[in-house]
Amino acid sequence: MAAKSYSAGVKEYRETYWMPDYTPLDTDILACFKITAQPGVPREEAAAAVAAESSTGTWTTVWTDLLTDLDYYKGRAYRIEDVPGDDESYYAFVAYPIDLFEEGSVVNVFTSLVGNVFGFKALRHLRLEDVRFPIAYVKTCGGPPHGIQVERDILNKYGRPLLGCTIKPKLGLSAKNYGRAVYECLRGGLDLTKDDENVNSQPFMRWRQRFDFVMNAIHRAEAETGERKGHYLNVTAPTPEEMYKRAEHAKELGAPIIMHDFITGGFCANTGLANWCRDNGILLHIHRAMHAVLDRHPKHGIHFRVLAKILRLSGGDHLHSGTVVGKLEGDREATLGWIDIMRDSFVKEDRSRGIFFDQDWGSMPGVFPVASGGIHVWHMPALVNIFGDDACLQFGGGTLGHPWGNAAGAAANRVALEACVEARNQGRELEKEGKDILTAAAKSSPELKAAMETWKEIKFEFDTVDKLDVAHK
Amino acid sequence: MSEVHDYQSRLSDPASRKFETFSYLPAMEQAQIRKQVEYIVSKGWNPAVEHTEPENAFDHYWYMWKLPMFGETDVDHILAEAAACHKANPGHHVRLVGYDNFKQSQGAAMVIFRGSVKA
Repeated sequence: MAAKSYSAGVKEYRETYWMPDYTPLDTDILACFKITAQPGVPREEAAAAVAAESSTGTWTTVWTDLLTDLDYYKGRAYRIEDVPGDDESYYAFVAYPIDLFEEGSVVNVFTSLVGNVFGFKALRHLRLEDVRFPIAYVKTCGGPPHGIQVERDILNKYGRPLLGCTIKPKLGLSAKNYGRAVYECLRGGLDLTKDDENVNSQPFMRWRQRFDFVMNAIHRAEAETGERKGHYLNVTAPTPEEMYKRAEHAKELGAPIIMHDFITGGFCANTGLANWCRDNGILLHIHRAMHAVLDRHPKHGIHFRVLAKILRLSGGDHLHSGTVVGKLEGDREATLGWIDIMRDSFVKEDRSRGIFFDQDWGSMPGVFPVASGGIHVWHMPALVNIFGDDACLQFGGGTLGHPWGNAAGAAANRVALEACVEARNQGRELEKEGKDILTAAAKSSPELKAAMETWKEIKFEFDTVDKLDVAHK
Repeated sequence: MSEVHDYQSRLSDPASRKFETFSYLPAMEQAQIRKQVEYIVSKGWNPAVEHTEPENAFDHYWYMWKLPMFGETDVDHILAEAAACHKANPGHHVRLVGYDNFKQSQGAAMVIFRGSVKA
C-alpha cells in the first residue's frame, strides 16, 4: 500500500502528517473523522491530508514553512480504524496541539477542524464524529452562564424534570394573543414556555410588544399558582447590536430566561450572549435550527455530539437534544450519549453510545437537555425514564392541542409528569407500567383523562436515518 | 368528553396556589410518604424538614425544622421528625427535602403535609 500512487492534485501528506506511533498529549485536542475517500486514495494518505488541511498544511511546500517549527504545530493523524458494517469508510483520529487554537474560541476551533478540509477534492465525504477537548482548553471557555443546579435554585424546581411548551402556531399571532397562550399554559402548571425558533421580530408581532405581554402573563401566572415561571424570550436577531438591545429589554422587564439560536445566530454571537447572560443573571435557552443540515447524513458533516460540545463550551443553560420517542430523528443510544455530554462532568469513551473519547468537563456546569417535538402525555413514562430529572420536557401540540385548551393541557402534562416521578421514586418500572400509572393518575385529573383519550393513537414509527455504526450485515 | 371544561384556578382563591413537585397530585397517604423517604435514603441524600405558612410559600427560604438529618437512614426517625414538625406547626406546609451534597442541590423537595388555606 505504501508505494501506491494516487490521483493528481493530492499532495503526499503522509510523510509529514501520518504518525501512527504518536501518543497524544493530555493537552491535545483530538478529533475523530469518518472518511470516505475518492477511489484510489490510500487510507493513510487521506487521513494525513485531513490532519494537514485542518491544521498547518497547504497543498504545496512554501518557503515560509521553514521559518517556523512545523513539527510542533502540525496536526497528526495517529490512528485509523474500520467503521463497523461499512467497507468504504474508516475512522481517522487526529491530534492537534492546543496552541493551534485561540483560547475560549469555539469559532476558531471550528474554523480549523471543519473548515476547508470538508471541501477537499480527494474526499467524497467527511464527517466529524467526535472531538476531545482537553481540560486545559475547557478551562478557557465560559461555558453555560448558570447551569443545571443554579437554574434549579433560581426557579425553585427540584426532584423532577422541568415542564415546558412551545407556543403555536409558530408564526402569525399578535403579541397580545400570543401572551394569552403563554398565560394559559403557565397557569395550568407548566414551568416554562418558549418562543418558536422562527419567532424573532416579524411585522405581525414585533419583539418589544411580545416581550411586554409575555412578562405580564408570567407575573399573573406566578401570582395565581404561587410557583416560579418563565418564557424563553427569543433574542436571536439580524445583528449582535439588535440582539443585545432585545436582551437588555428582557432584563429590564425582569425576565428570568431568554433564548438564542446558536447555529443560525452564529457561535460568535452565542458566546457573547452567554457571557452577557452570566453577567446579568439571566438564564439562556438554546435552540439548534439548522443542526440537521450538518448532523443528519451519516457520512458527511458534523455529528450532533460535537455540536453539543461546542454549545456547552460556547455557553447555554438549555439545549435541544431530541426526544428519542417523538417526531424528530434520534437513535436512542446515541441520544443517551450526547445527553451525558451535555450534563455530566466526566464522560467516558463508549462506542456503544457513539462516544469516541473520554471527555473531562471539570467544573464546567451542565446544560439541561430539552426534549421537544411530537410528544404527548402517553410518552411521559418513557421520557422520565430516558432523561431522568435533569431535563426539560416540552409538549407543544401536546399542551395546546388539548380539547379544553392550554391550561387543561398543561395540567394534564403536569399531573402525568408528577405521577411518573412519584412512581419512579417508588421503584416502579415506568416503561412497563406506564399505562397503569397514567390511568390511576387520571382518576383525580379530568384534564389528564381527556388528554389520554385525545392522543391515544398517535405514533411516530419511522426508522432513524443516522444510526450508530454497528456491524449489521 | 366533547364538552369543554373550564379550568378552575383563581387569583382570588388561595386554594389555587401550588407548591412545586407533587402539588398537582392528591395529598399523599402515609404509605406513599414513606416510599418517598425511602427513595431519599436510597439515594444517599441528607433528609431535611422545612415548613412555612401557606401564604408565604413562594419565598425561597422556609423555616428549617431543627437541622438537616445528616447521614440519617432510619426511615421511621425521619417520618417522626416530619410528624413532629407538623404537630408543632399545624397550619403550615411541611416540606421534605433530600439534600444532594455532591450535586450541591436538592435531589428531592416535596410538601408532605399541606397547610390549611385561609380564604
